[in-house]
Amino acid sequence: MSQQFEPNIVAFLCNWCSYAGADLAGTSRVRYPANLQAIRVMCSGRVNPLYVMNALQQGADGVLISGCHPGDCHYMEGNFHARRRLGMLKELLEFVGVDPRRFHMSWVSASEGHKWKEVVEKTVEDARAAGPFEGFRRRRIDW
Amino acid sequence: MTEKPKLGVYICHCGINISATVDVEALTEYALTLPNVKVARHYSYMCSDPGQLLIKNDIKAEGLNRIVVASCSPRMHEPTFRKSIQAAGLNPYFLEMANIREQCSWVHEDRTEATIKAKKLVAAAVAKVRLLEPLEAREVEAERSALIIGAGIAGIQAALDIADAGFKVYLVEKSPSVGGRMAQLDKTFPTLDCSACILTPKMVDSANHPNIELITYAEVEEVKGYIGNFEIKVRKKARYVDFDKCTGCGDCASACRVANRFASEFDEGMGKRSAVYLPFPQAVPAKYTIDPKSCLYLTKGKCGKAPKCAEVCGAGAINFEQTDELVEFKAGAIIVATGFDVFDATGKPEYGYGQYPNVITGLEMERLVSASGPTGGKIKVFNGAEEIVPQEIAFIQCVGSRDKSVGVEYCSRVCCMYTAKQAHLIVDKLPEAKVRVYYMDVRAFGKGFEEFYDRVRREGVRYIRGNPSEIFKRGNKLVIKAEDTLTATPLEDEVDMVVLAVGLKPRSDYRTTMELLRLSQSPDQFFLEAHPKLRPVDTATDGIFLAGCCQGPKDIPDTVAQAKGAASSAMIPLAKGKVTIGAQVATVFEATCRGCGFCVSICPYSAIELVTVNRMGHMIEVARVNEALCKGCGSCSAGCLSDSIQPKSFRDRQILPQIAALGVLR
Repeated sequence: MSQQFEPNIVAFLCNWCSYAGADLAGTSRVRYPANLQAIRVMCSGRVNPLYVMNALQQGADGVLISGCHPGDCHYMEGNFHARRRLGMLKELLEFVGVDPRRFHMSWVSASEGHKWKEVVEKTVEDARAAGPFEGFRRRRIDW
Repeated sequence: MTEKPKLGVYICHCGINISATVDVEALTEYALTLPNVKVARHYSYMCSDPGQLLIKNDIKAEGLNRIVVASCSPRMHEPTFRKSIQAAGLNPYFLEMANIREQCSWVHEDRTEATIKAKKLVAAAVAKVRLLEPLEAREVEAERSALIIGAGIAGIQAALDIADAGFKVYLVEKSPSVGGRMAQLDKTFPTLDCSACILTPKMVDSANHPNIELITYAEVEEVKGYIGNFEIKVRKKARYVDFDKCTGCGDCASACRVANRFASEFDEGMGKRSAVYLPFPQAVPAKYTIDPKSCLYLTKGKCGKAPKCAEVCGAGAINFEQTDELVEFKAGAIIVATGFDVFDATGKPEYGYGQYPNVITGLEMERLVSASGPTGGKIKVFNGAEEIVPQEIAFIQCVGSRDKSVGVEYCSRVCCMYTAKQAHLIVDKLPEAKVRVYYMDVRAFGKGFEEFYDRVRREGVRYIRGNPSEIFKRGNKLVIKAEDTLTATPLEDEVDMVVLAVGLKPRSDYRTTMELLRLSQSPDQFFLEAHPKLRPVDTATDGIFLAGCCQGPKDIPDTVAQAKGAASSAMIPLAKGKVTIGAQVATVFEATCRGCGFCVSICPYSAIELVTVNRMGHMIEVARVNEALCKGCGSCSAGCLSDSIQPKSFRDRQILPQIAALGVLR
């Protein structure tokens, strides 16, 4: 392919802030790259670090996790749990040789449609720069 | 799950909102190739009656047992489709939505890219829906009472409506009196009814109503629980005046050693009050309060030989030993009616507010023209050290509205009209005075507004189109530098007084309320409603409603209308006495739970506890979820070392196939 590499990105968005923010981006007809698909979870605290590994194994070139701003979690402290767990995961990923540009965390509130666009653009751009991920591919789950 | 999944995939065009960008026919064909999919259809409006009928008929005719709807956000129509499949005999939780509008067709332009993304999203929904479990929504008893935070006109109106319907209301107000901003206003546009005359009877009703427990000078400190069962803690601040003994005579205020030394909050700093005070003469309740920040005895520990207020109080109501009191109660619904602040005009330094005493804000003008105001309704201001009756008066509109330079993009909706009203009042009181209004656009959109604006212009008020660039002093006159943009003439206008039509802002303490109730904000920082069109008084949290200016700038009729709307919504759980709460709670697989208690420490709702069970003769501890307390966030699950605790509908085994489906296009 002569065209530039188009990364595939899986995002986990919390229902209350980031998913709503992404919806707002839609309602405001903001434009952003189509490389990212979101999975809705109730809280960023729900995101098991395993999911990130799993996404990278199953064909994602980058992973984004987005929740409410610290202190604004709908479940009081779910995003603090997420921040700790995923912060550790980020270091682990670096340690095992995964380009840190493949893994992003962000806080996007329900009113930040434009911030969501910026986050997506940054995530896609970084994953594109990191190139296709072949690191620990596994036999695909035949769902 | 014994039954083999038979899926129906329904793809919505949403008029052309989706079909213009996503190839719905290709998507339908693709859906038919996915595992277990028996039926795939596309239709112009899936949420319409015929669209829903399509799904229902297929469920019956084809024996479908799982449904995927690819359309708008689940935040929009998930409840609609749940009800629809339930009507056809399916468990309402056998539904998954693929968001191909807000997160696909509306944000992408390229048809090929958008269609590929839509395919992935549908595949992920198909992957998940096959593994969903049937759930039963739970019904719990609802407390038949409501908490209303803020006792301005919105809070008072909502409280009266709910109380009249026969339910208990706790009306909590932060300041010593109810009334809010409306009590500060003089006349109201466009009808010129006197604000106090229409408000004070309601204030009195709110205090006397047998179903309303009015808690003033208090703040909500903690809110726990959920719709139908909120547990609330309110801190009643110490008034240092015995509420039951105080007769409201006012002897204390006149005797106070620091009488009339402090800026009155109610009079926007234009009038003075004592350390012990009643915010305004019509205050409800008519009970005095000692301000701990200005009272000599409370700040210095000493007030002459003995505090004079205590000496003169015939009722013996002064009590410096009083402390804050915590009140706890339960409520089934909460209405937030915390109101607004006005824009701080020092944010526009070019207008000289704070520098020249004869540059005042619109709210200060209200106090100035009010018969109960600091000047008894006489319009006079200080020009330097000299008190004058202004003859040349200018209004400047849009101060802190529609102005990106101060970070406010929105229109405050009331300033055009309150300016017109104040201009009218000046013409009425000072017939000789010359009044002009500098404006950008005049937005007279409400009932009777345009007619009123016309009337004011006929009365001789001049409207000059142009935003002044600066105000400075020349001699004893204020000079406004502006450009009349209709004739493109720069001008310098000499006046005696300038009134800045300041806009409405969220309250300075909005964050406290936000964090207390887990509310969201819209980009303008006012509280966010659940849906801008269809759920304008609801919030994202069930059982919490918004009324009045905390949700966005509004005039009094709109505020009252919204308060009545919030009251009727809040009364739904109260009237039913029952609420349905989400079934998507966490559940423990006890066979693998090792009882480490990690989830117990993670759960923010204390919904998990360790219980001892008998496992083949061994007494061991395992986690158990109290479903009434669990809100289904799933934090416990991400922390579980053995994946034993899982939120229903968001189990690992339901999410992992979604991840796989998004990995590579099948």
